[in-house]
Amino acid sequence: MDRDVKISARNVNFYYGKTQALKDISIDIFQKKVTALIGPSGCGKSTFIRLLNRMNDLIPGARVEGRILMDGADINHPKTDVVSLRRKVGMVFQNPNPFPKSIFDNLAYGLRIGGVRDRGFIERKVVDSLKKAALYEDVKDRLHDSALMLSGGQQQRLCIARCLVVEPEVILFDEPAASLDPISTRKIEELVLELKEEYTIVIVTHNMQQAARVSDYTAFMYLGRLIEYGDTERIFTVPREKMTEEYLSGRFG
Amino acid sequence: MIHRSDISQAIGFLLLGACIAFALFFLGTILYFILVRGAPAISWEFLTSEPRRAMTQGGVAPAIVGTFYLTVGAVFFSLPLGLACAIYLCEYSPKTVLVNIIRLSINNLAGVPSIVFGLFGFAVFVKAFGFGVSILSGSLTLGIMALPGIISASQEAILAVPQSHKEASLALGATHWQTIAKVILPSAFPGILTGVILNIGRVAGETAPILFTAATFYTRGYPDSVFSEVMALPYHIYALMTEGTRPEIQTQIAYGCSLILLGLVLAISALAIILRERQRRIHGS
Amino acid sequence: MRHFKETLYRWVFTILAFASLLFLVGIILTLFRESYPLLAGHNLHDIVFGRFWYPTYDPPEFGMFPLIIASFVVTFGAMAVSVPIGVGTALFLNELASESQRAVLKPVIEILAGIPSIVYGFFGMIIVAPFIQNLLDIPTGLNAFTASLVLGIMATPTVASLAEDAVSFVPRSYREASLALGANRWQTLIRVVVPAAGSGISTAIILGIGRAVGETMTVLMVAGGAAAIPASLFDPVRPMTATIAAEMGEAVMGSAHYHALFAVGLILFLITLVINIFAEIISRRFRLKLGLGR
Repeated sequence: MDRDVKISARNVNFYYGKTQALKDISIDIFQKKVTALIGPSGCGKSTFIRLLNRMNDLIPGARVEGRILMDGADINHPKTDVVSLRRKVGMVFQNPNPFPKSIFDNLAYGLRIGGVRDRGFIERKVVDSLKKAALYEDVKDRLHDSALMLSGGQQQRLCIARCLVVEPEVILFDEPAASLDPISTRKIEELVLELKEEYTIVIVTHNMQQAARVSDYTAFMYLGRLIEYGDTERIFTVPREKMTEEYLSGRFG
Repeated sequence: MIHRSDISQAIGFLLLGACIAFALFFLGTILYFILVRGAPAISWEFLTSEPRRAMTQGGVAPAIVGTFYLTVGAVFFSLPLGLACAIYLCEYSPKTVLVNIIRLSINNLAGVPSIVFGLFGFAVFVKAFGFGVSILSGSLTLGIMALPGIISASQEAILAVPQSHKEASLALGATHWQTIAKVILPSAFPGILTGVILNIGRVAGETAPILFTAATFYTRGYPDSVFSEVMALPYHIYALMTEGTRPEIQTQIAYGCSLILLGLVLAISALAIILRERQRRIHGS
Repeated sequence: MRHFKETLYRWVFTILAFASLLFLVGIILTLFRESYPLLAGHNLHDIVFGRFWYPTYDPPEFGMFPLIIASFVVTFGAMAVSVPIGVGTALFLNELASESQRAVLKPVIEILAGIPSIVYGFFGMIIVAPFIQNLLDIPTGLNAFTASLVLGIMATPTVASLAEDAVSFVPRSYREASLALGANRWQTLIRVVVPAAGSGISTAIILGIGRAVGETMTVLMVAGGAAAIPASLFDPVRPMTATIAAEMGEAVMGSAHYHALFAVGLILFLITLVINIFAEIISRRFRLKLGLGR
């Protein structure tokens, strides 16, 4: 079985002040696969992926214990540069959050802050990323219009494209379709399936069918604990834990 | 059938109508008198020439210029400081007691009477620093007075930038400062601008802080350095009314000055408010 | 390099932020230092409650009671005008004005709040005072009553604007709940909306008081300038702010008079400080009550 571990979490606990949000999470996330995190709201799945690019650093009083290794290096090590970590681990958020700038400037942002000045290069990367995110045909004639003019689904694909521009290795999706209509949702799902050829993907969703459709592996979380983790097909057909079975059959959540 | 509650409602609403009618009547009266009596005083000469014959003839150009210098000086000083303070409070400050003290002191600075700023400016800038009664002292005093307003307006504008924009930027690998400079400040800019303009309007019309820090009744010609005393429109009105020698003529000039000052200040604040209303409409909040 | 830059920015902003703290501390220190020579030489009680303000006599007397009383009289007079009119205006805007009237009137009132005080002073001196003098047939129109009236008109837009903000924060659901129970609009306004916005309106009023106490040019020009305890509302008075403004120019630097004026400034500062803190506490309670956070 060729499956390389990209990210490995070991005994991770996470606290917001005194509240413990994650309890002893250990999980391996495999390279160029889609891993879905499912569970009822408040189970800690979003909190967990926000640890992977250290977005939780922004929260005052947040504290993490245990080790999270990416390519073998501890991402919480004091010497780890959070900026280069975030360039390697991109993130797409629950609600589309384009900047109030033009479509082009939204995409160029990641390159410009990285110090890229070469206009030709920026333009090529922008077009490339838009194509990868299946948005190019929709917007090619209005790259300099405001990104806020796009529909919700287009905005979300723009955010995906924006994330691709900086050539991440991992992409975290935090309920990327939660605020979208079914057609936009399907497009995002198709995109996720295409992107896994090149990227390691972690997707948080509260939609079980979505997890079944897009992911290779599924992790079920409940009340801050990782209850069960394995091949998506296996989890959905023969869950080992009673709680997983109950959740999948819609008895709670 | 008419209920008692309907009668009380009618009376109550009538009273509320009377309130706003009173308010608008009084304020309208002021505007009317200043406009009708001030307009005849205003001419090209009035706006562009210096006073002559012991303030009974000529114009008030040096006072207009002086007000301009003082206002620009105040902004020059308070804008960078106020903006920096707002950025610190919104982005960098830890949640400590000390930071709460800063917050409180800014709130309180906003409520300090303008004459007290004048006293402070006089003791510190005019005397202790030796700047004398000058544009510099006046600008610094006015600047400190404008500071709390600029800080709170900037803070409000910065806090209105959605957290999601900040997160998107950081998730793309931007540093904190890059996020502030390229995402937060550009989004907050219109709000900051509005706040700054509103405060400029307030500062331009202030008299008490410049009474003994900058203003003088009469100067020959125009100020030639930041250490010169200046004439200023608001002070000029006061001086004409209290130190004037020929009330019947000088009242006329004071009306003219009031009209110019009123026009200036109202135009500035109207600009700010129009900007803000447009901004609100665009963002639909 | 990048870390260095980030750290540098953090420090620059920290230092600049603390500079603003420095100004408040500076103001307090300056007021104390410059008024200390007077406070050290006299009994505080004599200063605050002394009945005679004769700064240029020999020996001078620095009883501030007439000035403090004048400030209080004029301020409360002004509130008697601006609170009912200002709050009434706010309620009208919120409850009775149509959407388009509101869209025009709200900014207009806000713009009027920006009329410089010198313009009110000038207007009061040249129009209102002679009118009052003739109307009531009194020796001078420049008195506490006129000053209150003009100051009240001046504070009205501020009170109205802040009170309107407070009223508009009241959740629509409160209003709907009351109307659904069969209350009419007036009952809803008076029994539900106003109490819910109560502490917000109080904050507006307190800030209006703060503004009136600290207002200088209007009272300097309109209040008449007599530093004596007024026997009636129609006597000329000299509030604290006007005293400083009028006498600072003549006081010899370092003289007892000079220090006395700083002492007036200090008392003025402390009064407004107390008012601000009050407003802060009440508005915090208001935000908590309506669940607005912070």
